Amino acid sequence: MKHLLASTALILSLALPAAAQDYAPDPNAKAGGSIVLTYKDDVATLDPAIGYDWQNWSMIKSLFDGLMDYVPGTTTLRPGLAESYEISPDGLVYTFKLRPGVKFHNGREMTAEDVKYSLDRVTNPATQSPGAGFFASIAGFDAAGEGGLSGVEVVDPQTVKITLTRPDATFLHVMALNFSFVVPKEVVEAEGADFGKKPVGTGAFKLTEWTLGQRLVFEKNPDYWIAGVPYLDSFTVEVGQEPVVALLRLQNGEVDIPGDGIPPAKFQEVMADPVQAERVVKGGQLHTGYVTMNVTQPPFDKVEVRKAVNMAINKDRVVQIINGRAVPANQPLPPSMPGYTRDYGGYPYDVEGAKKLLADAGYPDGFETELFVMNTDPNPRIAQAIQQDLAAIGIKATIQSLAQANVIEAGGAGTAPMIWSGGMAWIADFPDPSNFFGPILSCAGAGEGGWNWSKYCNEALDAKAVEADSMFDPAKSEERLKLWSDVYMGVMDDAPWAPVFNEERYTMKSERLGGADELFVDPVSIPVNYDYVWVKE
Amino acid sequence: MAAYLIRRLLVSALILLGVSFITFVLLYVLPADPVRQIAGRSATAETVENIRRELGLDRPFLIQYGRYLAGLVQGDLGRSYLQKTEVAELIASRLPATLLLMLGAIAAELALGLTLGIVAALKRGTMLDQTLMMTSFVTVSAPQFVVGLLLLYVFAVKLGWFPIGGYGSFAHLVLPALTLGILGSGWYSRMMRSSMIEVLRADYVRTARAKGLGRARVVLGHALPNAILPIIAMIGIDIGIFMGGIVVVESVFGWPGIGQLAWQAIQRVDIPIIMGVTLVSAFAIVLGNLLADLVAPLIDPRIKLK
Amino acid sequence: MTVADASFTPPSPLRRLMRRKLALLGLALIALVVAGAVLAPWIAPYAPDEQLFDGLTLEGAPLPPDARFIFGTDLLGRDLFTRILYGAQTSLVIGVVANGLALIIGTLVGITAGYFRGWIGAVLMRFTDLMMAFPALLLAICLAAIFQPSLWIVAMVIALVNWVQAARVIYTETSSLATRDFIAAERTLGAGTGRILFRHILPHLVPTIIVWGTLGISTTVLLEATLSFLGVGVQPPTPSWGNIIFENQTWFQTAPWLVFIPGAAIILLALAFNLVGDALRDVLDPTQRGRD
Repeated sequence: MKHLLASTALILSLALPAAAQDYAPDPNAKAGGSIVLTYKDDVATLDPAIGYDWQNWSMIKSLFDGLMDYVPGTTTLRPGLAESYEISPDGLVYTFKLRPGVKFHNGREMTAEDVKYSLDRVTNPATQSPGAGFFASIAGFDAAGEGGLSGVEVVDPQTVKITLTRPDATFLHVMALNFSFVVPKEVVEAEGADFGKKPVGTGAFKLTEWTLGQRLVFEKNPDYWIAGVPYLDSFTVEVGQEPVVALLRLQNGEVDIPGDGIPPAKFQEVMADPVQAERVVKGGQLHTGYVTMNVTQPPFDKVEVRKAVNMAINKDRVVQIINGRAVPANQPLPPSMPGYTRDYGGYPYDVEGAKKLLADAGYPDGFETELFVMNTDPNPRIAQAIQQDLAAIGIKATIQSLAQANVIEAGGAGTAPMIWSGGMAWIADFPDPSNFFGPILSCAGAGEGGWNWSKYCNEALDAKAVEADSMFDPAKSEERLKLWSDVYMGVMDDAPWAPVFNEERYTMKSERLGGADELFVDPVSIPVNYDYVWVKE
Repeated sequence: MAAYLIRRLLVSALILLGVSFITFVLLYVLPADPVRQIAGRSATAETVENIRRELGLDRPFLIQYGRYLAGLVQGDLGRSYLQKTEVAELIASRLPATLLLMLGAIAAELALGLTLGIVAALKRGTMLDQTLMMTSFVTVSAPQFVVGLLLLYVFAVKLGWFPIGGYGSFAHLVLPALTLGILGSGWYSRMMRSSMIEVLRADYVRTARAKGLGRARVVLGHALPNAILPIIAMIGIDIGIFMGGIVVVESVFGWPGIGQLAWQAIQRVDIPIIMGVTLVSAFAIVLGNLLADLVAPLIDPRIKLK
Repeated sequence: MTVADASFTPPSPLRRLMRRKLALLGLALIALVVAGAVLAPWIAPYAPDEQLFDGLTLEGAPLPPDARFIFGTDLLGRDLFTRILYGAQTSLVIGVVANGLALIIGTLVGITAGYFRGWIGAVLMRFTDLMMAFPALLLAICLAAIFQPSLWIVAMVIALVNWVQAARVIYTETSSLATRDFIAAERTLGAGTGRILFRHILPHLVPTIIVWGTLGISTTVLLEATLSFLGVGVQPPTPSWGNIIFENQTWFQTAPWLVFIPGAAIILLALAFNLVGDALRDVLDPTQRGRD
C-alpha cells in the first residue's frame, strides 16, 4: 500500500468534517457562566503577530484561529480554519481548503485573501513580528515586504496554496502557531498599531473590555464555527495581581484560576489540605532549564570541562530549592516532547568524576568564570546553588545577576561564559523536537546576537537536523523522531549545555469549574484552554 | 511676579530638556539591545536589522534624539516597542492610580505628622513628647519596602483588616498610602512640633489666653492655622520623594501605577516607556517645586521670591 | 525650600540633653553594627555563603529560628544570623564609600558654584537642579544596569545619585561666606583663590560637612537596601540586608523572619546615623535645622 502510494503521486490528504471526531467533549459540560482569572503581569498586546508572552498566548488562541489547530489538552494536530489540506509529493506545496462560512467577529466572512494577508503581514519587517522567523521556509520569505510573500497564493476564495523552498516537517505546526493566525485586513488597516488593543478574529471569544493595567473581559462568540464551543458566556482576566493574592482570593471564592499557578511559599499549605489538594492540577511543560557554556572560549572550549560541569550540578538539590516543582533533566528535550530519549541516563552527579575530568582537561585546580542570571526570583537563588556545586569541583563562578535584556545581550554577544537560563529558558513554541534545536543549539543560532548562547555549532548534527525536518511524510514520523533523538544525544556528547530541570506546572481551579484536568495544563494553550472549560453551578 | 514666573517656567523647561537628554544617553549606552527584545528568540539576523531600520535605531545618536524631541514638542511620546501602544496612552491609563496613591500618601502624612507634632508640642518635654520624636526618627529611617511588607503582614495577613494588595476600593488604598506617607509623617511631625512651639509662644496666643479663652479653643482656633501654613507649603517638594517611592511601593502592593509600568519596561528595555515615565516624573517634581516656591511667600511674608 | 530659619526655636537645655541621650543611643547602635561587621569571621557560626544540607526541609522550606539557627535559615538553607553579620559589612562599606564619594562631589560642586558664581556657578547649580528633578531611583536603576552591579559599582551609582543635596547646602553656605568681610579682606591682601578656598572657606564648612556626612550615611544605607531589594544592587552571594529581603520576600507570609530581621537591621542602622547626625547638627550648627 505504501509502495503503491509512493509510486503514484503521493497525496496526503486529510478531510475531517468537524472537530467531533478528534475530541470527545465532556458529556457533563454545560454552557453558560463566567469565570475570573488573574495574572501578575499586564497583557502587552493581543495582536497575534506580536504577542509572545505567557499571559497573552492562550488569550490570542481564543480570539483567533489558524489553518491548523490542536486537539484540546494534547499535542496532536487537527485542522482548524482549513477543512482539509494536501501536500505535494515533493513536500513543497501545501494546498489548504478553507472551512466555508467562518465569520470574523465583525460579521464578515473569512476568505483565502485574509489568509494570504495575514501571512504577508507577519513576515513583513514593518510589522516587527517576533515570529517572522518561523515562516522562513515559505518561498519569497527573503524578499518579504510590502509586496507580500510570493509563495502564498490565493487559488480561489476557499483555497490557499503555499509553496516552500525546502520540505519542512514542522510546517503544519507553524500553521497552528499564533503568529500565523488569520486577521481581517480592513480592521488591521483601520486600527493600525492599535489592533493589538482592539483585536478582531474568528475565535471562540471576542474582547469586549480592556482597562489597561487592570482588567480584560472576553465574551462568547455565538457564531463560532465549532458548534457548542465555547461553553463559557464570558471570562474576565484581572492583571497586576500577585500570585499570593490570587491564591487567597481563590480560597475566598473570588477567583477561579490563578493564571501564574500556586506560589511556592503556599504550596505546602495547599497540599496539606485534602479539599484544596484535590483541586490542584499538575502538568508537564515543554520547558527545560539549562546552563549554557560558551564553547568558543577557554576553558569551556574543552569538552571535558563541560562534562565536568554537567556532573558537578546537584540537580536534586536545585529541584528541592524550588520546592520540588520540577523534575531533574538529563537532555535538552523535556520528557513530554515527542523525540525524548527515554533510555538515556545522562551525566551522573559525581563530584570526584567531575574533578578528574577537570584535571584531565588541564585544570586540576579549577578556574574562575562568570555565571550570568536574570535578576528575578528564584533565578539568583538557583544560580547560587549551582555556584556552590561548581565551587565543590574548584570552579569559582562569579554571579552576574542582571535584567533580562542585559543577560540576553551578553548571551547573544558571546561575552557570557555561563548563563543560567531561568526566566528566559526555552519553552517550546510548538510541540515538535525541532523547536528545541534551530534557534538555541544550531549553527544558525550561534551567530552574533543569536539565542544559541553556547555558540555551539556542530555541522554534522545540523545536517542531521535538516534531514529530519525534510521528512514531511507523516508515515515516516517514527523514523524522524528517532533521528531527532540522535541529534540530541549528539548534543549531549558535546555537552554545550548542562540541562538542570524540567519545570512542572501546578495550578488550581475553583470548585465550580468543570473540564478535564488536561485543559488547565494544556501543553499548547498555555496556561488554560479557555474554549473548553466550563462551570458546574 | 510675571517676570519671575516666566523665568521659572523657562528654567523648568530647560531642566526637563536636560533630563530627557541624560536619560536618552543612558538608555543609548545601556548594554542591552531593544531590537533583540522586539525580534524575539527565533529571529534571523536579517529580521533584527530590518526592525532596527524600521525604528530608526540604526541612525546616529543625535538624529535619534532629535527625532524624539521633535515628537516630544508635539506632545508625542512615541509608541512602546513591545506593546506597540502609544506611551501617552499607557501612562494616562496608569496615572490615575499613581495620583490616587500620592493623594492618599499626602493625606496620611499630614494626618499622622500634624497630629503627632501638635501633641508633642503641647506635651513638650514629657515622656510622650520624647517617644513621639523618637518615633519620627524611626519612620524616616525605615525603607519603604520594609514598612510596606510589615504593614501587609500585620494588617492584611495576620489581622485581615485590609486586602493583601491590589487596586479598586478605599480599603486597597490604605496600606500603600500609609507606606508612602509614613516617611513624610516623620518630617512633618518634627516641623509641626517646632512651628507649634513657636506660635504658642507668640504674643497673640498669649493675649488670647490672657483673655480667658479655653486651651482647646486657643490651640485649634489661633495657634494651629498659623503653625500649619509654613508646613503646607512644603507638600510640593514631597512629590520628588514620592516619585522615588512609587516603584517600590507599587511593586510591593501590586498597585497598577506608573512605577510598575516603568519597572517592567526597564526589565525589557522598552525605551519609549522608560523615557516617558522619567519625563512625566521629572515634570511632576519640577511642578511640585515650583508650586512650593510660589505658595511659600503667600503664606509667609518673610519669604520673598528671588 | 527657603522657609525662614527663624521659625525654629533654639533648643532648650532639656532637649539638648535628650538629644545627647539619643545620640549616645545612636553611637551605641553604630558600635554594635561595626563590631558585628568586623568580628563576623569570628562570631558567625558558618560561612556566609554556606548552603547547609540540613538548613532546609525536604520540601525546600526554610527553618524557623531555634537554638541552632538563632535567626532561622533562608531559602537556600544558609544561616540567617551569619548572613546578617556579613551583611553589616556590605552596608557599612557602601555607607562609608558611597557617601564619602557623594560628599566629595557635592563639596567640590558646591564650593565651586558658590565661590565663583558667574557662569560656572550658574551652570553647576542648574545642573544640580536638573539632578534634583530626576526620579532618583529610576536613575540609579538605569546606572546599575549599565555598569553591571558589583559592590563598588553600587557605591558609585549611589554617589552619583546622592551628591546633589550636599552640593546645594555647601553652595548656600559658601556663597554667604564669600560675601563676608573677612574673605573680601583676604582678597584685597592678595591671597590666591586656592588659598582662600582651602584656608578660609573650607574650614568654615567642616561642621556642615560632618553633619551631612553623618546624615547621608543613613540615606545611602537605605538606597543600597532598596536597590538590592529590587535585585539591581549588590550581587549574590554577597549578603546585603536589602538582597536578603529580595531573595526571600516571596515567603514573607510563611517565613516572616527572613524579611523582618534584616528589615529591623536596616532600620536600626539608618536610625543610628540619623540620631547622631541630628545631634551633631544641634551641637555644631544651630541654624541648620528643619527639613533640608
